[in-house]
Amino acid sequence: MTHTRTLRVDRIACTGRGLCAELLPELVDLDEWGYPVLLRTTVPARLRGHARRAVAACPVLALRTDRG
Amino acid sequence: MNAPARTATWHATDTRLLSGWYATGRPADLTDHLRRYGTPPVTAAHGNRHAMPLIRALEAAGLTGRGGAGFPTARKLRAVAAGRGRPVVVVNAMESEPASRKDQFLLAVAPHLVLDGAVLAAEAVGADTVHLCVPRGRSAQYWQLSRAMDERRDACLDEVSLRLHALPHAYVSSESTSLVRWLDGGEARPLGAPPRSHERGVGRRPTLVHNAETLAHLALVARYGPGWFRQAGTAQEPGTTLVTVSGAVAAPGVLEVALGTPLATVLDRAGGPAEPLRAVLLGGFAGGWLPARHLGIPLSRQALAPLGAAPGAGVLVALPRSACGLTETARILAYLAAQSAGQCGPCRFGLPAAADDFAALAAGQADQLLLSRLRRRTGLLPDRGACRHPDGAARLAASALGCFADDVEHHLTHGACPAAHRPPRLPVPPATPPETWR
Ligand code: SF4
Ligand code: SF4
Repeated sequence: MTHTRTLRVDRIACTGRGLCAELLPELVDLDEWGYPVLLRTTVPARLRGHARRAVAACPVLALRTDRG
Repeated sequence: MNAPARTATWHATDTRLLSGWYATGRPADLTDHLRRYGTPPVTAAHGNRHAMPLIRALEAAGLTGRGGAGFPTARKLRAVAAGRGRPVVVVNAMESEPASRKDQFLLAVAPHLVLDGAVLAAEAVGADTVHLCVPRGRSAQYWQLSRAMDERRDACLDEVSLRLHALPHAYVSSESTSLVRWLDGGEARPLGAPPRSHERGVGRRPTLVHNAETLAHLALVARYGPGWFRQAGTAQEPGTTLVTVSGAVAAPGVLEVALGTPLATVLDRAGGPAEPLRAVLLGGFAGGWLPARHLGIPLSRQALAPLGAAPGAGVLVALPRSACGLTETARILAYLAAQSAGQCGPCRFGLPAAADDFAALAAGQADQLLLSRLRRRTGLLPDRGACRHPDGAARLAASALGCFADDVEHHLTHGACPAAHRPPRLPVPPATPPETWR
């Protein structure tokens, strides 16, 4: 059973300059101040593992993937 | 506040919320209000032999929120009524949009219509408390409203309890999550969703947040029904709406017009242009510029959407040809940047940066890369904050670049146009951060 996962950033919690763009460059870029720009919000199946690692690496729990 | 001319002769179906004011020329106290409208039909809110339940009536009426977002009112009520726990109703009368005066005006001339609407909405969703939120610093408004509430209490009119609150007056304090956060003892700054207010808001209870004007319409739908409501407006967007017309018109003020009224007619009701117009700012500071050649367009979401514009909170600011649209936009952007709640990086840094770029453009001090940098920066504002504040600023900036494209070209190649050296025309509050969030 597979569900689509959607990448989300809690903008208030996010402190920028994080690891997310490094761990998931296919989906996350950083703006000129180091805050994430989501290039796409749907996580393709082949990137699930990377997305999970990026979520786990966020020090302030600002990055998450939601179902749907 | 400017009072609109009361001698106007337009069709009666266009005047609803303000009809008492037009008839008498003075604010309605409870006696006036009850004489005109009778008591709020609270028992009928649940439906009976003679009336359909209020939520269904609102659905049939097609009433949408008049605070800017235009969300169907019935759907909001239904979501709150279906929530877990005893709901709470919050009246959003913050009107933080500097170019808007309509809620303030409505509450001044017909406070009991708004309160009736809040009480009826509370009854329909099963709420026991209504919180009325107004901006701090308008003490006359605060005392007038607390007197209105006292009148109702003395008359034992309402079963729900009504409470009045004065909140910090910042641009983003009118966000519904700001209200919820403040009412719970926190700061009047937006909260990132989830949970959504309608599920878990004030005191973790399902919370219905409605704009003051929306509730006044609701109070009339409860009395006269959906068929009556639909007599004004268009089939897709029925009813009337309050608009605040300012700028280069002869008689600026708050007016009530049917949705679908051409913008030029709205301006005429405000005395007409005082001088040739270049553009209008539509919707508010978070709205967009519309070139004057489009003034034949009706004031409705449907008609304005293809132009990337929207009625928003009913703001119309007429910009004369003698003014510089870029300079005015730069001033508004500086204000919006200063009013960021500073919680989200893209808003806290991106907004001032875009505002600075725009100021350089307006001053005719653009470097080679300015335009591409400005476009990139404004392009990165939408959808990257906990609230829609950066989205609004981006919309304004983008619409200015489109509407004043010739001026952009001139400012880039020859420096600022002569109009840019004249004193600014739009009243924009100083670009300073809010003093307090609590
Ligand atoms: S790792 Fe987390 S805090 Fe850091 S930039 Fe990414 S989302 Fe923001
Ligand atoms: S987007 Fe801006 S105004 Fe909205 S919550 Fe974030 S920092 Fe505050």
